[in-house]
Amino acid sequence: MRRDIFQAIADPTRRAIIVLIALQAMTPNAIADNFNTTRQAVSKHLRILTECEIVKQEQKGREIFYSLEIDKMKEIDKWLEQFRKIWETKFNQLDNLLSTIKKQKK
Amino acid sequence: MNNLQFDFTVDKSTKSVFITREFDAELPLVWDAFTKPEILDQWWAPKPWTSKTKFMNFKEGGRRFYAMVSPEGHESWQIQDYTSISPKTNFKYLSIFADKDETPHLPGSNWDLNFAEQNARQGDPVGRGITKVSITIYNESLERMEKMIEMGFKEGFTMTLNELNELLTTLKK
Repeated sequence: MRRDIFQAIADPTRRAIIVLIALQAMTPNAIADNFNTTRQAVSKHLRILTECEIVKQEQKGREIFYSLEIDKMKEIDKWLEQFRKIWETKFNQLDNLLSTIKKQKK
Repeated sequence: MNNLQFDFTVDKSTKSVFITREFDAELPLVWDAFTKPEILDQWWAPKPWTSKTKFMNFKEGGRRFYAMVSPEGHESWQIQDYTSISPKTNFKYLSIFADKDETPHLPGSNWDLNFAEQNARQGDPVGRGITKVSITIYNESLERMEKMIEMGFKEGFTMTLNELNELLTTLKK
């Protein structure tokens, strides 16, 4: 199955996990403590996030810590920024057009 | 320079994009700019892309068939089927990618555009002549939303290159 960054942020629990581990690396148990769902459900979300390459795992002793791949998050910004910019450009074009039409009418 | 509001939000979980923008013009003119093909084609495509409307029948049940044309001349055809129109207030349409023969590639996205004259603020002698347009784009599927943004990405990329060109020209002077 194809995984990408947008699947990572398509789910509210996964978005909450992203926010949590953005601050500090956490173990699956510590993450699960923040949710009313089962540990299994959190594990599943973590697996998807890992497949989306938005989180990385690090083994410390017997525990696995999850942390955020900041560079991957920037992809979302870039993507949204492009789309936002298009509208900005379109609307600036419309601004100019409106002012031209208004002048012609006077 | 006016402080014209511009909000842009993408909510991937509800598969919606919300865009709000104010324009320094009276409502009837802004309405025309969104609903008359001869004006629409002058701004709908971000430069260096151009918008080319083949036909536009702006009424409920009517259709606009147009292409976004890339600087290399590549045409991306799109259909807008108008589902509801309340003059100078609101109109809705289903936007569908298509080929040059008007064959639709479903699913589409639902567009809802609201137009409102901004009221005069206290102390203003007359109306401000500012019109606010609020757009909601809802996609039936996440894939469709990605396709829409992907199309936008292409346009955005060309646009960025174009800006770079302009910058280089300015720097040369």
